[in-house]
Amino acid sequence: MATTTLAPEAPAYQRSWVIEWLTTVDHKKIGILYILNSFVFFFGAGILALLVRSELAVPGLQILDESTFNQAFTMHGTLMVFLFIVPMMSGFGNYIVPLQLGAPDMAFPRINALSFWMLPLGGLLLISGYLFGGAAAGGWTGYNPLTQERFSPGVGMDLWIMGLTVVGTASILGSVNFITTIFKMRAPGMSLFRMPIFTWTILVTQTLILLATPVLAAGLIALFIDRNYGGSFFDPSVGGDPILWQHVFWFFGHPEVYIVILPALGVVSEILPVFSRKPLFGYHAFVYATVAIGLLSFSVWAHHMFTTGVVFLPFFTFMTALIAVPTGVKMFNWMATLWRGSLVFATPMLFALGLISMFLIGGISGVMMASAPIDFHLQDTYFAVAHLHYVFFGGAAFGVFAATYYWFPKMTGRRLNEFVGKIHFGLIFLGFNLAFFPMHELGIQGMPRRIADYSPDAGWTVMNMLSTGGAFLIALSMIPFVVNVVATLINGERVGDDPWEGNTLEWATSSPPPAYNFDRLPPIRSERPMFDLRHKHDPAVHHELATAEAES
Amino acid sequence: MTSTTAGERTPPARHEAGLPLALVGMLLFISSEVMFFGGLFATYFSARAGFPGEWGAQSMGAPELEILPIALPITLILMTSSFTMHFAVQAIRHDRVGAMRFWLAITLLLGVTFLIGQVYDYTTLGFGISDGVFGTVFYALTGFHGAHVFGGAIGLTILVARAAGGQFSSRNHVAVEAVSFYWHFVDVVWIGLFLTLYFLR
Repeated sequence: MATTTLAPEAPAYQRSWVIEWLTTVDHKKIGILYILNSFVFFFGAGILALLVRSELAVPGLQILDESTFNQAFTMHGTLMVFLFIVPMMSGFGNYIVPLQLGAPDMAFPRINALSFWMLPLGGLLLISGYLFGGAAAGGWTGYNPLTQERFSPGVGMDLWIMGLTVVGTASILGSVNFITTIFKMRAPGMSLFRMPIFTWTILVTQTLILLATPVLAAGLIALFIDRNYGGSFFDPSVGGDPILWQHVFWFFGHPEVYIVILPALGVVSEILPVFSRKPLFGYHAFVYATVAIGLLSFSVWAHHMFTTGVVFLPFFTFMTALIAVPTGVKMFNWMATLWRGSLVFATPMLFALGLISMFLIGGISGVMMASAPIDFHLQDTYFAVAHLHYVFFGGAAFGVFAATYYWFPKMTGRRLNEFVGKIHFGLIFLGFNLAFFPMHELGIQGMPRRIADYSPDAGWTVMNMLSTGGAFLIALSMIPFVVNVVATLINGERVGDDPWEGNTLEWATSSPPPAYNFDRLPPIRSERPMFDLRHKHDPAVHHELATAEAES
Repeated sequence: MTSTTAGERTPPARHEAGLPLALVGMLLFISSEVMFFGGLFATYFSARAGFPGEWGAQSMGAPELEILPIALPITLILMTSSFTMHFAVQAIRHDRVGAMRFWLAITLLLGVTFLIGQVYDYTTLGFGISDGVFGTVFYALTGFHGAHVFGGAIGLTILVARAAGGQFSSRNHVAVEAVSFYWHFVDVVWIGLFLTLYFLR
């Protein structure tokens, strides 16, 4: 065979797309894998939620017994937190952060692939308990001594521990990757205070993951030793302490709440300026508020433990209420951004506004429970369930949908149908409030969480019926969403590289972006390089750019 | 090349200022390990603070922990290995490849000696992981530390193999630096453990 010299432009050896997606180290493909994987677990955990709500619709046990009910809410909570919402935001982070930084990829592409592929593995470990005599049934918080061998003898509990350890390890590796990327891979001109807000929230979030998740891992391993090797970390009969689990779990678990919500708040802060045609009001204040929330989140864990009687109530009440201050700063940023803007009510904007209003309700109920006397009444009631869903679903999950509608054109070059998107938003907004608002009242009336049945004389039936109806309305809203995604992928409107007139660098490349993202970058002289590029002949913008140029 | 994802496109050339990527990554990973051991230490002190009787191996009817003949010598061995690791890094920074190989091999040997010593120590203690809360936290802490030494030894083995292949030079030895960070960290954890378990008691 004759020797030939390959031209530099010669196409490389082509693999089948299956191998390509299974072995990819491209941050964009890995990001999409994260997002798809998270949606699969979202739908699975959603079905479990429908089972729970169906059981609770009317008094009496109809479709589940106590044991399967406990498994259903345990796996619902665990999967939603650890395999939907956190990896979903890591998925958007994976796709968007390198683009927003003007970087060709993540810092460690192969570790990136590893930390993705550990997720489905961990998720399968978690749910495989169903194949071996029943999944874990100790709640997503896994309190001791309920999760000890004596009270949870099944192997499902051990699989839960192992699955969470794998998922936690994956997220630690991911956080190392994100933080290194953000500190080391920024394009020239992209100083820290020119980074887009979403990237800032990812930076703070990943720092929380880096520092909080290992503590959970230590606790999980301690629990595993107790269950399998006769250890006594949490066994009071030989000097252990079951309350210790609560400390360890919530030392992780409360930062986890901000791990979940901060990227969603970042998504809102990307969307509001674009659809208000204004810069974000108070960029620096927003960044400092995000960092402050991250720092404070390590000093509030014991507000989950007020009724244990072993924590210093005034301190944790004070610190918890204090978190409302930087959160309020963000609310103020958003309101002032909207004020006198030219608002465009596209679907991403609707979800962002929905998030702000729902997260406000969740924040207010959170401050209520931060007060120890009120918490003593509401601990472990449906009020807490209402609160956490207003934050996790009304907050974080709405953020996921906002991000999906906002960045779908970036990922595919096609825009999701606006009309169907608005139907989706209307249904989910209605269903969400119908499902979770009555839970506030149920909790105040004293309905405990995690019960499979209640008395017909308790007076809770109507509100439980409403709540179940709302849950099915949420499920219904997934039909237009999925149809919209599939139909758009097949035959959606092609909208070019920058349909929303975005501000940040992900809109500077083609949609979808090529491998390694950019051939050239616009000059980065503010946190809105694309706005500057579009308006560089506007005298005001020109003056600001010249000033920034002189300073840098 | 077949490793690129989209054929003709290759990553743009990058020039780095400051710490190399791999070292930043290693430092971040170590900070997560600090939190992991922080969690385990917290369980130790929590158990100790709440323990009703006399704390320590005696609480399980075993003899009190002794720093001789095993614990102190293996502590000194592990501390020495931090120095030999540092010699290896210094050697390759000055392109003395032979000296680096020698010090890496010595470090690995010392690390393995530590592990053997620790396992031997376990056989002499007279209590097990299920004999009481002290036994549980003792074996969890020292065991996870031992697992980290083992991980470091794997890293060192890879370094020794790569050094034998002539892969390192003064301009290209970030793996040596990264493993040395990790090794020093594991050493520091042991010093904390040794003081906590054998002196503070």
